[in-house]
Amino acid sequence: MPDAYVADDPAGAFPLVQLLTPEGERVSHADYAYDGDDDTIRGLFRDLVLSRRIDFEAHALQRHGELGLWAPALGQEAAQIGSGRALLPQDFAFPTYREHGVALCRGVDPALLLGLFRGVELGGWDPAEHGFALYSIVIGAQTLHATGYAMGLTLDGEVGRNDPERDAAVIAYFGDGATSQGDVNEAFDWAAVFNAPVVFFCQNNQYAISASTERNTRGPIAQRAGGFGFDGIRVDGNDVLACHAVTTAAMQKARSGEGPTLIEAYTYRMGAHTTSDDPTRYRDSSEVETWKLKDPIERVKRYLLTQGTPQEFFDELDVEADELGKHLRETCKSLPDPDLAALFDHVYVDGSTELEEQKAQYVAFRDSLEPEGSES
Amino acid sequence: MSTKMPLGKGLNAGLRAAMEADDKVLILGEDVGKLGGVFRITDGLQKDFGESRVIDAPLAESGIVGTAVGLAFRGYRPVLEIQFDGFVYPAYDQIVSQVAKLHFRSQGRVKMPIVIRIPFGGGIGAVEHHSESPEAQFALTAGLKVVSCSNANDAYWMIQQAIASDDPVVFMEPKRRYWDQGEVDTDSEPLPLHASKVVRAGTDATLIAYGPMVKTCLESAEAAAEEGTSVEVIDLRTLSPLDLAPVFESVRRTGHAIVVHEASQTLGLGAEISSRITESCFYSLEAPVIRVTGYDLPYPPSRVEEEFLPGLDRVLEAVDRSLAY
Repeated sequence: MPDAYVADDPAGAFPLVQLLTPEGERVSHADYAYDGDDDTIRGLFRDLVLSRRIDFEAHALQRHGELGLWAPALGQEAAQIGSGRALLPQDFAFPTYREHGVALCRGVDPALLLGLFRGVELGGWDPAEHGFALYSIVIGAQTLHATGYAMGLTLDGEVGRNDPERDAAVIAYFGDGATSQGDVNEAFDWAAVFNAPVVFFCQNNQYAISASTERNTRGPIAQRAGGFGFDGIRVDGNDVLACHAVTTAAMQKARSGEGPTLIEAYTYRMGAHTTSDDPTRYRDSSEVETWKLKDPIERVKRYLLTQGTPQEFFDELDVEADELGKHLRETCKSLPDPDLAALFDHVYVDGSTELEEQKAQYVAFRDSLEPEGSES
Repeated sequence: MSTKMPLGKGLNAGLRAAMEADDKVLILGEDVGKLGGVFRITDGLQKDFGESRVIDAPLAESGIVGTAVGLAFRGYRPVLEIQFDGFVYPAYDQIVSQVAKLHFRSQGRVKMPIVIRIPFGGGIGAVEHHSESPEAQFALTAGLKVVSCSNANDAYWMIQQAIASDDPVVFMEPKRRYWDQGEVDTDSEPLPLHASKVVRAGTDATLIAYGPMVKTCLESAEAAAEEGTSVEVIDLRTLSPLDLAPVFESVRRTGHAIVVHEASQTLGLGAEISSRITESCFYSLEAPVIRVTGYDLPYPPSRVEEEFLPGLDRVLEAVDRSLAY
């Protein structure tokens, strides 16, 4: 297997599942197969291209001062789209702050992702409507939320009915750095103890800001699951077909009541951690160049071209991506600043007399500063 | 109907009533099942409601609170037992960064109706980390509500009200008073959860306390009465939000205010209450507001805890000092 050698696993105990090589060749695997046809692969390609465009536009908006920050997902599109498209409507995803591609798969308007980074929102969408929790910034905290939600699915009898239309599961996203967090290890433990229908999807993008994976963990991350009593699997995170196949299988296993799975999607963060970061200080450009050759989008394009996909498909997709970019730029600039007075109303469901007093004080003070129009 | 029972049994009966009223109420904590919790507060509940509603948790406090967040997303109303005050800190991030903020972060779309029960305070001769009073750390956190009961009747009603609240409530239980008997009236309409209460009327000075110190203050007031001093005692009951209207009304009459708590003095609730009394009752005060609290030490070895904790003599000394001002 050309792309299987990974430095932390010289014995090959956790070979990467790969179904599409960087050269765009379909390869078979003993346990996993992509279950779609070329049309669905074109659908995945569309998602990959659009998610990269979200990233491109958001990055540009940050550079133009329209966003305070952006966390690029460049290079991780296959891991996100492959896993995101393996989810069913009744499933629920708990993301980090970098899951822009998954958000796209869950039907969240990509423009709503910008609110958090523009500083006008702390969330931006309805988690229940999309089966997609709000972005979580504290590293790893959301893996426990996912596990609890999965325990709730079990309590509600939403698991193991042999009903593919209704059986549900949860997916928790996190990165290689998060595997050092206590919460993530607690989530693994709880999920195993309660046989929770949750898939732990770790995008090992090789860096926790500046700390390479070996500064956070030794040995394949996928190996971690075994110690907790469930299966771990390592997949080529730049191969959208493999990510889709592996996640589909793991989610189905969870929905069937057979418990959790850890998926380590082996990938690479091509961009900075965030727009405030400078990766040239901690990694060699040669490393980045090596990973460019494994680009998650290019390999699908090569495959689709060899399959005779007409040029119009790619041209139309470019137009769609341009429209998405325009939508993002226009919506971003029109996102209203929050009204501080209104924020007092969201601290509690039942309110608080103390907050009501402070709100009244704030509003009175604010109003005292405003010029009286008729007399100015 | 009125029944005499210990405070801990009042909590148990309140939990039972809440579980009977709403099948979305779950209990989650360490040793809460067969054992009934280390203080037996959940005694018998797993037997009657089953293992899916009274869940023995792995030994991981962040996991208890973190999974409760997910259960709340799913529509459950988890009631969490943190075994001892000093063990809540591994869960501090989940409480402060997640439970407290999700309603705000989601602009009201996500509710976190979670109750975090914490047996708190000293006086039981325990080892380290079993006698602390961390309530101020939660009361200062926007998005949390914090209450503390001081007697069996409040225990019975307040735990039910906390569970019915759509906001997260940190429920501070005065562990040294678990065995104190009191009348529980299971029929009468209770006070609202976030209401303070005058528990002893007086005219000369006002003692303000909550949780375990309410009894200490009542005993102090009794002793003061024997010496001819009439002391009013207010049980705050709610620490966030504070309900200080009864306090202001009292202090305007007495002119003397003394706040009593086990927690350390600096930046404790006494500081906030003192500040608010000064803001609202400035012209009525005959003396500065006095605080009688634990000292600014890590909780000491238990053989000196009675000297560390506010007791009757320290409270009476403070009353005298205020009246002599």
